[in-house]
Amino acid sequence: MPKVFYTQPGGEVKVVDGAVGDSVMATAVKNGVKGIVGQCGGTLSCATCHVYLDPAEAGRFPEPGEDEDDMLECTSSDRADTSRLSCQLLLAEGADDLHVTVPETQV
Amino acid sequence: MTVDQDTCGARPPRSVVVVGASHAGVQFADRLRAEGYRGEITLVSHEPYLPYQRPPLSKAWLKGAATEESLLLRDPGHYRDQDIELLIGVGVARVERTGDGVVIRLADGRTRRFDRLVLATGAAARRPRLPGSEHPDVLVLRELDHAKSLAGRVAAGPMVVIGGGFIGLEVAATARALGAEVTVVEAGPRLLARAVGEETARTLLEAHRAMGTEMLLATVPSEIVHDESGVRGVRLADGREIPAATVLLGVGAEPRTELAGQLGLACADGIIVDERCLASDGWTLAIGDCTVHHSPAGGRYRLESVDNAVEQANAAAATLLGAPAPERPAPWFWSDQGDQKLQIVGLMGGHTAMRLRVDPDRPRRRVALYFAEDTLIAAECLNSPADFLALRTAFARGRRPGPAELSDPGVPLKKLLSAAVPS
Repeated sequence: MPKVFYTQPGGEVKVVDGAVGDSVMATAVKNGVKGIVGQCGGTLSCATCHVYLDPAEAGRFPEPGEDEDDMLECTSSDRADTSRLSCQLLLAEGADDLHVTVPETQV
Repeated sequence: MTVDQDTCGARPPRSVVVVGASHAGVQFADRLRAEGYRGEITLVSHEPYLPYQRPPLSKAWLKGAATEESLLLRDPGHYRDQDIELLIGVGVARVERTGDGVVIRLADGRTRRFDRLVLATGAAARRPRLPGSEHPDVLVLRELDHAKSLAGRVAAGPMVVIGGGFIGLEVAATARALGAEVTVVEAGPRLLARAVGEETARTLLEAHRAMGTEMLLATVPSEIVHDESGVRGVRLADGREIPAATVLLGVGAEPRTELAGQLGLACADGIIVDERCLASDGWTLAIGDCTVHHSPAGGRYRLESVDNAVEQANAAAATLLGAPAPERPAPWFWSDQGDQKLQIVGLMGGHTAMRLRVDPDRPRRRVALYFAEDTLIAAECLNSPADFLALRTAFARGRRPGPAELSDPGVPLKKLLSAAVPS
């Protein structure tokens, strides 16, 4: 099982065991990680699951699709090079541990 | 009724019970813990499942793209970690106020006493008085059990959806995508009459027709026809009969107010609450689809949405802890219908003008902006998630420009809205 390390803006880290096929958003929400809301449940409707990927791990995921890319331009906390909507980041079989940082705000 | 501050949260209660364990109830419990509450929290649900997400039931679940596990709102271990007690698969038969708390009688006969009560009882699907509608293949959709029944019927033959509201339209689009022959029967002259403006309703109507769904407006059903082999069709007031193996009733929901009634709480199409989510006794908290609340502009309204459940849960948690209710952002909603993504921010009631923005390069992207005089009050965004976010952010920051500033469809809303920042 891949572990996901969620770092809060203040530096506090929560580690969650992810399930293969779950998204980084769902893994956070189901385990009460602060700052990842995921209100729409992962249908690209709310952009409340913005995270910053660890630059060394960003290449593990396919590039954002058009809707995600558009939405990242309008997130509440500014977009960075490694910004993603975490509902679009699926944990793959045999994946290594993943490190993401939660932004200051989601709405 | 006056509210005694001393009994309303200055000293947090040692135990709190939430009747209902869906989006509102679970968020309330989590918020209390996040705010440092260390008392007992108990969630009671009549459904025999761990708390789950409802919005996917008409979409991903029906399509087979979700599992019971993926629907869960939280991992089972989360409730243990947070010391949240779950009583699931058991209804509440009776609630009674005592001098210093509330006694709950469960449907299985057990009774429990708590210091504080939160009603998050939700809403039940409305069943119109239509001959034949009691047949088991006439379905509604609010709960996972309903969704299971519906999923088992999609391949059974033609489906008729009665009611052109969000749930009916989402199911119609999903069933159609799965290959079912689908007819939507709406009594009113247009779709989504209470939820969106005419322009958006018309675009969605065309989209459903393009999906191959038969859309009948201003059409009143008179009877669901069935024989010993099952449902056969829906008879219309003009005598026509539409073949159907399955009928979905999508004609709205009634707030569940039975328990509120036992407590003598004021109800009018929902449990009446204020912005702190206090009911008329100034003590009981009520949140989510079961409530009706005052808008800042006056008047009462009821919002059935995840956003409302979450915001009211947060407000109720603050009230219980004796803190002021957090500032509430503009309400928002979403609905995915086939390849149409609708996102709404704000409430369009009372608008005096509408401006439609259509992306000249991508005509699927349409945004209807609603203004009251010179102030933006709501927007309906079709297939325009970036515009929706720009609008939601603008609302959150108090930027509400007038129609003149937002009319040029060649300039992205994000740019127009950031240009409209008061200096």
